[in-house]
Amino acid sequence: MNFPLVRCIKEDGNMVDPSLKEKISEELVKKFYFHMKRIRAFDRSAKNLQRQGRLGTYAMYEGQEAAQVGSALALDTMDWMLPTYRDHGALLTHGAEMMRVLLYWNGRMEGSFHPGKRIFPPAVPIATQLPHAVGTAWAEVRKGTNNACLVYFGDGATSEGDFHEGLNFASVLKSPVVFFNQNNGYAISVPVYKQMNSESIVQKSVAYGIPGIRVDGNDIVAVYFETQKALERAKKGEGPTLIEAVTQRFGAHTTADDPSKYRDQEEVERQREHVDPIRRLERFMHKHGFENETWIKETEKAIETEIQEAIMEMENFPKAEIEDIFDHVFEIMPRSIVEQKNEYMEWIRGEKV
Amino acid sequence: MSLISANKKNKTNDFALGQKNITMVQAITDALDVMLERDERVMLLGEDIGKNGGVFRATDGLQKKYGEDRVVDTPLSEAGIIGTGVGLAVNGMRPVLEIQFLGFIYPAFEQIATHVTRMRMRTRGELTVPMVIRAPYGAGVRAPEIHSDSTEAYFTHMPGIKVICPSSPYDAKGLLISAMEDPDPVLFMESMRLYRSGKEEVPEGYYKEEIGKGKKVKEGKDVTVITWGAMVKTAKEAADSMENRDIECDVIDVRTLYPLDQDIIADSVQKTGRVVIVHEAHETGGVGNDILSVINKQAFMYLKAPIEKVTGFDVPVPMFSLEDHYLPSAARIQTAIHKVYSF
Repeated sequence: MNFPLVRCIKEDGNMVDPSLKEKISEELVKKFYFHMKRIRAFDRSAKNLQRQGRLGTYAMYEGQEAAQVGSALALDTMDWMLPTYRDHGALLTHGAEMMRVLLYWNGRMEGSFHPGKRIFPPAVPIATQLPHAVGTAWAEVRKGTNNACLVYFGDGATSEGDFHEGLNFASVLKSPVVFFNQNNGYAISVPVYKQMNSESIVQKSVAYGIPGIRVDGNDIVAVYFETQKALERAKKGEGPTLIEAVTQRFGAHTTADDPSKYRDQEEVERQREHVDPIRRLERFMHKHGFENETWIKETEKAIETEIQEAIMEMENFPKAEIEDIFDHVFEIMPRSIVEQKNEYMEWIRGEKV
Repeated sequence: MSLISANKKNKTNDFALGQKNITMVQAITDALDVMLERDERVMLLGEDIGKNGGVFRATDGLQKKYGEDRVVDTPLSEAGIIGTGVGLAVNGMRPVLEIQFLGFIYPAFEQIATHVTRMRMRTRGELTVPMVIRAPYGAGVRAPEIHSDSTEAYFTHMPGIKVICPSSPYDAKGLLISAMEDPDPVLFMESMRLYRSGKEEVPEGYYKEEIGKGKKVKEGKDVTVITWGAMVKTAKEAADSMENRDIECDVIDVRTLYPLDQDIIADSVQKTGRVVIVHEAHETGGVGNDILSVINKQAFMYLKAPIEKVTGFDVPVPMFSLEDHYLPSAARIQTAIHKVYSF
């Protein structure tokens, strides 16, 4: 099946089609650069915090910055984002509070939602969020808006039933959903060729009768414009699109995983020279007159300050209340939970022995 | 929720509208009709529920009346139905999802266990899932294999969802309307055996029955019989026949399986001191054990005899040639009543 890899910026920073340059403003390039640098710095800080015992198990995304930032920047504020546990780079770009993202990885439920933002809590089971996107988008259609939904999932998710159910429902209902697949090559340790017999993930779109785009997921310009096109289609009532962003996870599945057991990490580091999405954008900026040392230095400093402040805020966040275990399961607490709560609280205060 | 909102006409129960004599399945259609009319956010999703009106005709005529975008024939996919419902509910709709038979709900189990029931907790109420899952359940109608399951305990065990199982047309309508207005997810179990087994006067229009409240269906001083759903009729029949032997039974239809009405159970057991629990689900891990636990906590010192349970066995529901042996019968219940009475 013929789904050529869509690419705007070559690995050396040159443009595939130089005429596209007029669509790329300095402001846009700065946005791309700022957000990718920001989420990479966040990812590395979070990993270090976990190593120091200041966060729980953490899922890294280094290498996937172009896929996450490019797609997230294509969304409007009123569009919904349905992430997995590896998409907090996209969350941060769509307006999630950094402190809350840190809270999540520190075992706090307060970190799984983002008040006022149209962001679902991260899906922890695989692919279950795809049908949610369909329903969420359907509700927008019923309300008569033209807001759309973007749902993230990985290569492993395409083996799940919910992948099929989500795409099938969306195609039948013509839901305004962008199914954004980040094919990073591995589902924990299992490489994509063991995950499926298909040549690509994008070819599965044919089965649902919907458009499919295979994009270089390390090329933020291509990701951004292709996601934007898919969102426009969705908003015009033309239904869902499946995007496969081919990218790479440089590090482990999580801080609890050792990738050297299933792949050659030295080889990954050698490849980084070609595939690192930030380096590619830097080469593009250098070759196309967007380089601005002063601005880059200021940006890096601002990012560092923001992250340090978010870490402080996270660490100064009020301690978790025991009552929280009980208080949010139902709007009105049923008697069994009331009794369990009271009994436990009395016991822990030493009133009951 | 700016563009679509609830259009609540009569907030109070309005009995002045008159009554109609209808079956339980008609009462369910009626409840759906009332709510589709009152609240634009209500949507029905399911397999064959639109043009066909549902395999049991529970949604008969509703697509014609409310349109294809509110009464929707979905692709054949339980996880798809429930998963899509999560998105609809989070984004302001009030989805009512029909699972064709409770025995077919298992593909949606993950959606229910990880998302439907946890969204409120995971987001501190920022995002919620006010959805109703309707599912016909139970044996005794000569249905094919797998169609006869009664697996309510999987869901009562699951934090974050209420489980309702009515036994009469009146309760079915009032409880379904309450479920559709509940801020949290509800599994609404509909006994196939009771769908058309009898008619009852049911008020027209809007009224509610309270979730979490049981109902006394027969008053007696000697033995408490506790049950729900299709077994209410069987238990009542057994209790009626015990009058010949001068044994008077209190028969309680708990109606809601989570949260249980502890008071109605405690009051009755404190009075009689003798208990028979009846359900058609398997015994081990069944809701009967939760009722035992309520009695243990609230009425242990009042007991005059060990509690008896008459339940389905710990075996898959057999195919219909043997299903009558699986289902608790009035005769088995009578034996149990006699046993606790004469202890």
